[in-house]
Amino acid sequence: MGLTTARYWREVPQRYRMEAGECTACGEIHFPPRRICMKCGKQKFETVVLPDTGKVITWTVIRVAPDEFTDLSPYAVCLVELENGVRLMSQLVDVDLDEIEMGLPVKIEFRRIREDGADGVLFYGYKVVPA
Amino acid sequence: MAGIIGYGAYVPRQRIKVEEIAKVWGADAPSYKKGLMLEEKSVPAPDQDVITMSVEATRNAIKRAGIDPKEIGCIYIGSESHPYAVKPSGTVVAEAIGATPDIHCADMEFACKAGSEGMYVSFGLVTAGLVKYGLGIGADTSQGAPGDALEYSAAAGAAAFLFGKDNVVAEVRETYAYMTDTPDFWRREYEHYPKHGGRFTGEPAYFQHTLSCATGTMERAGMTPEDFTFAIFHQPNGKFPLRAALKLGFTREQIVPGWLSPRLGNTYSGASPIGLSATLDVAKPGDTILMVSYGSGSGSDGFVFEVTDKIDEVRNLAPLTTDYLDKNKIYLDYGTYAKYRGKIRKG
Amino acid sequence: MRDVAVIGVGLSAWGEVWKQSLRDLITEAAVNAVDDAGVEKLDAMFIGCMSGGLFAGQEHIGALAADYLGMGPIPATRTESACASAGTAFRTGLMAVASGYHDVVLAGGVEKMTDVDGGATTRALAAAADQEYEAYHGVTFPGLYAMMAVAHMAKYGTTREQLAMVAVKNHRNGAMNPHGQSPFEVTLEQVLTATRVADPLRILDCSPVTDGAAAAILCPLDMVSRFTKSQAIRVTGSGQATDTIALHQRKDICAIESAALAAKVAYDMAGVGPGDIDFAEVHDCFTIAEIMVTEALGFCEQGQGGKAVEAGETALDGRIPINTSGGLKSKGHPVGATGIAQIHEIVTQLRGNAGGRQVKDAKRGLAQNMGGTGASSTVHILEVI
Repeated sequence: MGLTTARYWREVPQRYRMEAGECTACGEIHFPPRRICMKCGKQKFETVVLPDTGKVITWTVIRVAPDEFTDLSPYAVCLVELENGVRLMSQLVDVDLDEIEMGLPVKIEFRRIREDGADGVLFYGYKVVPA
Repeated sequence: MAGIIGYGAYVPRQRIKVEEIAKVWGADAPSYKKGLMLEEKSVPAPDQDVITMSVEATRNAIKRAGIDPKEIGCIYIGSESHPYAVKPSGTVVAEAIGATPDIHCADMEFACKAGSEGMYVSFGLVTAGLVKYGLGIGADTSQGAPGDALEYSAAAGAAAFLFGKDNVVAEVRETYAYMTDTPDFWRREYEHYPKHGGRFTGEPAYFQHTLSCATGTMERAGMTPEDFTFAIFHQPNGKFPLRAALKLGFTREQIVPGWLSPRLGNTYSGASPIGLSATLDVAKPGDTILMVSYGSGSGSDGFVFEVTDKIDEVRNLAPLTTDYLDKNKIYLDYGTYAKYRGKIRKG
Repeated sequence: MRDVAVIGVGLSAWGEVWKQSLRDLITEAAVNAVDDAGVEKLDAMFIGCMSGGLFAGQEHIGALAADYLGMGPIPATRTESACASAGTAFRTGLMAVASGYHDVVLAGGVEKMTDVDGGATTRALAAAADQEYEAYHGVTFPGLYAMMAVAHMAKYGTTREQLAMVAVKNHRNGAMNPHGQSPFEVTLEQVLTATRVADPLRILDCSPVTDGAAAAILCPLDMVSRFTKSQAIRVTGSGQATDTIALHQRKDICAIESAALAAKVAYDMAGVGPGDIDFAEVHDCFTIAEIMVTEALGFCEQGQGGKAVEAGETALDGRIPINTSGGLKSKGHPVGATGIAQIHEIVTQLRGNAGGRQVKDAKRGLAQNMGGTGASSTVHILEVI
């Protein structure tokens, strides 16, 4: 069961433009955006764009991959803490797998994430590369 | 006067050397290195294509222009390797930079000339007052058939140019286009790799159009080669643009900043635009630049730019073209390169 | 609220069970539990199953189980909390009996995992993660736990060897469990050099893909005298808690807060603390998970889980034996059945029927079951009456 176009398309503001929701009451930034603030429970948000640099706070190298990702294997994924403290999960590419370390400075790049077979839709989004 | 208000390039980090390709096909590496003046070429990672490189190049252009992307009125991406046969590349790029929905979009294709076409049309719409800012992008993940001469040069990269009337970095002083029907290089529907007419791609095709366009552009501008600080010519290899320049009466020094093919390869629609980006990176206020693209089939677009004082303010707001060319390179063996480029048949 | 007891437990065939289907497995486990309890009829059923749809193309597991057990028309409900599906089935059954809605309830769990290939298995399991912000990027479950391991190692000095010691210990216990999928010992060397899955985790750090089902019969404590076929065991504590579904939104990726919170509720209900527990079955889907859960349950200080296994504190003869059954690691991990299979081990130990792996003087055991990277956790405390 692959990723459908509608499911992909709905997340485009986050995947393409890194849009997050900032709580107008307490300033907490949520990525992805939510209806209810995790910190204060209020329900009003403004759209903000996340910074494009941060650091690796943990990572792994995936060697047994889901079918859609086997051609990329082995590949690194990491938890990134962006400059404003917001965290997100991302692939870490253009990197020597033996040289990844805690705190590695990274920046966001726009990449192809996966594709729905040879004749299906191409799915894009963010990945990180060494800064 | 209208001109470039922001520019940006993007080149993938992966490289393959001419020797590595020649080794596999039993070819004579020195003949490519010396004969065609090629050392290595860029290779897109498996998660990179025209769309992803265009987004990165455009983000750099926006950083330099310092504009609100919502005010970009048109986006034209020129490429012969758009990821979809049907479905625009431009929609993804426009969405990613936050320029939708008030924007006109078309994907362009004219072999290696498609990128300068996007620039040409964007500039035209800005000049006509139909849009405030126009975005022209040249990008390709070029394909060369395994073992073919093209495989030594077919590379990947993108450059994006924002046109507008305020805060211009490089004014467009003249434009000219020269075109005939000369089938020197083509790719039919459903084919993976382009085919070409061998030596026919030289004199009657590349040189006839490039030289005629350059001459026509200079005549219209009332300028001669000595009037230019720099010149950029389409660069299918290292040798052709140098020969074209010398034939026209330019010196080697004038083309050096934008003569990237020896260490980048031929980025097709990205080739002369990336050359322009690299030239702007080193240009000073008052410098004049001639750019002549070439696309098989065949035609050339010519531009005369005059660099303004603004260049010194914007240059370092985004990575320089040479940062992408020379830093953090990752060298591939042929097997990995073949896998990345989908050249290995799996079933 | 009524006190509740477990009066019967049962397992199905376990491992790569090529000849049995999803319905065969849950029926076999249920029949064994019903026989063990000596009950004639049930009032309701709760069946945990993580992903009958993705693994076997079958949903509507509650009705399927009641139908094939010949127990229709009793109410039968499926519960799903990823790999904690059976833990929540047990807790739901417990609440149904405690509340007085039902008297004799079957709580079960089932997963038929081997009918799909490896890629489909990976994808089905990844459905327990955040689809759009974790799985979308190619993150797998071993990958998520590997990232927790890397962080735990960096923060607390947990070593690669300590991770391996969890596998060695659990296989040592599992070798004495006739019902396990991998009832053999492994050496430290074997774990450290096994095939890499998601760095630093290797294949012997991971629980296997398993077919299996488990069931338990619950009734009010004051009714156990009616069912004397097997020894009844009292359920004295039950807790459940949740956390963010995605790892990137956790306050602390080095701790499993849902397990700690569920444990606190269960401890308070039972009126005991970690020091009063004689042994525990915990959710060691990966070796790092056991280390982190050992900490969350209060069996050692936060960050000391690696040292605890290295010091032998969690071994069969240690201060607090953990995963006497072999755990998910050796016994196997049919994801939707595991929570009740843990209850099966607790009951077996408390009845004194655990053979070579019997914990001496076992009077009180704890079972911790977990879904996702700890987005769901259940904790149950069972005691000899």
